[in-house]
Amino acid sequence: MTSLKTTALHAMHRRMGAKMVDFGGWDMPLQYSGILEEHRAVRSAVGLFDVSHMGEIEIQGPEAGALTDFVTTNAVARLKLRQAQYSALLYEHGGFVDDILVHKYRVRPDGYFLCVNAANQEKDYEHIANVRRFQAAVELVSDRYTQLAIQGPRAKDTLQWLTALPLSVLPYYQFLDDKVAEIPARIARTGYTGEDGFEIYFAPEHSERVWTDILDAGQQYGIKPCGLGARNTLRLEAGMALYGHEIHSTITPFEAALDWIVKLEKGEFIGRAALVRQKEQGVTRKLIGFEMTGRGIGRDDYEIFLDGSPAGWVSSGGPSPTLNKNIGMCYLPSDRAKPGQRIQIIIRNQAVDAVTVPVPFYKRAY
Amino acid sequence: MYPQDLHYTKQHEWVRVSDDVGAVGITDYAQQELGDIVYVDLPRVGAKVEQGKVMGSVESVKAVSDIYSPVSGEVIEINDALATAPEKLNESPHGDGWLVKIRLSVPAEIQGLLSAADYEKYVAEETGH
Repeated sequence: MTSLKTTALHAMHRRMGAKMVDFGGWDMPLQYSGILEEHRAVRSAVGLFDVSHMGEIEIQGPEAGALTDFVTTNAVARLKLRQAQYSALLYEHGGFVDDILVHKYRVRPDGYFLCVNAANQEKDYEHIANVRRFQAAVELVSDRYTQLAIQGPRAKDTLQWLTALPLSVLPYYQFLDDKVAEIPARIARTGYTGEDGFEIYFAPEHSERVWTDILDAGQQYGIKPCGLGARNTLRLEAGMALYGHEIHSTITPFEAALDWIVKLEKGEFIGRAALVRQKEQGVTRKLIGFEMTGRGIGRDDYEIFLDGSPAGWVSSGGPSPTLNKNIGMCYLPSDRAKPGQRIQIIIRNQAVDAVTVPVPFYKRAY
Repeated sequence: MYPQDLHYTKQHEWVRVSDDVGAVGITDYAQQELGDIVYVDLPRVGAKVEQGKVMGSVESVKAVSDIYSPVSGEVIEINDALATAPEKLNESPHGDGWLVKIRLSVPAEIQGLLSAADYEKYVAEETGH
């Protein structure tokens, strides 16, 4: 039996009564009070997530920008200092190695900080470090960081109690190095829930203190500690991709409806040739949202029928606590991957009706 | 914790027998393991069910779980309230959250089910607590 990896907050999660789950080799909180309650806390107030299982990679040196641009799909050259960017690492054939966040934290010499998926971090590191033609050092630095996500309409109010940095001046997808609860921390206005919020990175030895201080500060707003269960329902409503579901090694960004993170005009990058070819030929399958019209819940990997024949699959599906519907995302032949298409999802050997809809399912109103 | 008047299975269902009818549900342990229940799929009235065979499913936010019938017989009533309020399974698993009533075809099957004490012991062993 292989032992699961743990974050610096593992003992805290256990003490606080979280229900734990094996998530890609990590023993992580699935839920505290309940997925629905946690989901609603994030939509209406604020929730706190330990996402320290996520990996961090630093790329530094005179040609760090050139290397980062070469291994990612989005335009790194356009990134301003202290800005973050959603992007992808691709194989030569155009499939995903991972989806990532690129942060530009320093200039001359340039420094980039990548936030990557937990289960992919070693693979991502190898993928980047194997490119040796640039003057840049690549380092896997996940052990140096605890990452917490504070998400929801009251996230700013909560975090503001713990930092002198005026958070209202920090725009979406920008970050600053400052302090949280007197601990040096990188504070980024990013998230994976569809709400306003922050992701903070700091040294693991301070984890319990910062976690507790955030919960104390957020108490007046109704903060709830949240697990990966709510993180998944929240990101699904927001139409955000999850590695292993919407994206993986045989799916390209064009298929995953992530055209906006691909900048073909920026110059050479790994996977570009395959994407150029695919753009010329057109994609054969494409991601689209759906909602159930019949009784049942279309879940991950369920088969989809069109006109009585197998035609696609559900990449992620489940109940939407906010919309009170059963929703999901799925892959269909691209000529049929348009809103309003009637489909059937095979749920326990029964074909149940659903209809395709645009994503996101949920968009915040502020 | 587990009511004395119910009979239990190792698949975490219970049955409450009065005369020749058994009300069937899932146990408190089962609902805790599942988390927030959002959907219940039950057999139709008139359906014949068999002990130990799948008769329906419950779905939480996260997962689907089969329900195995603890007894054999014919379904004579289903708990319609669950269609709009599946959370009753979380709130009252041994009461309002009952699933179906079954007219027993083999009443002797009850003898093979677990008592409350034995079920509690079984759960404790399962979870290592």
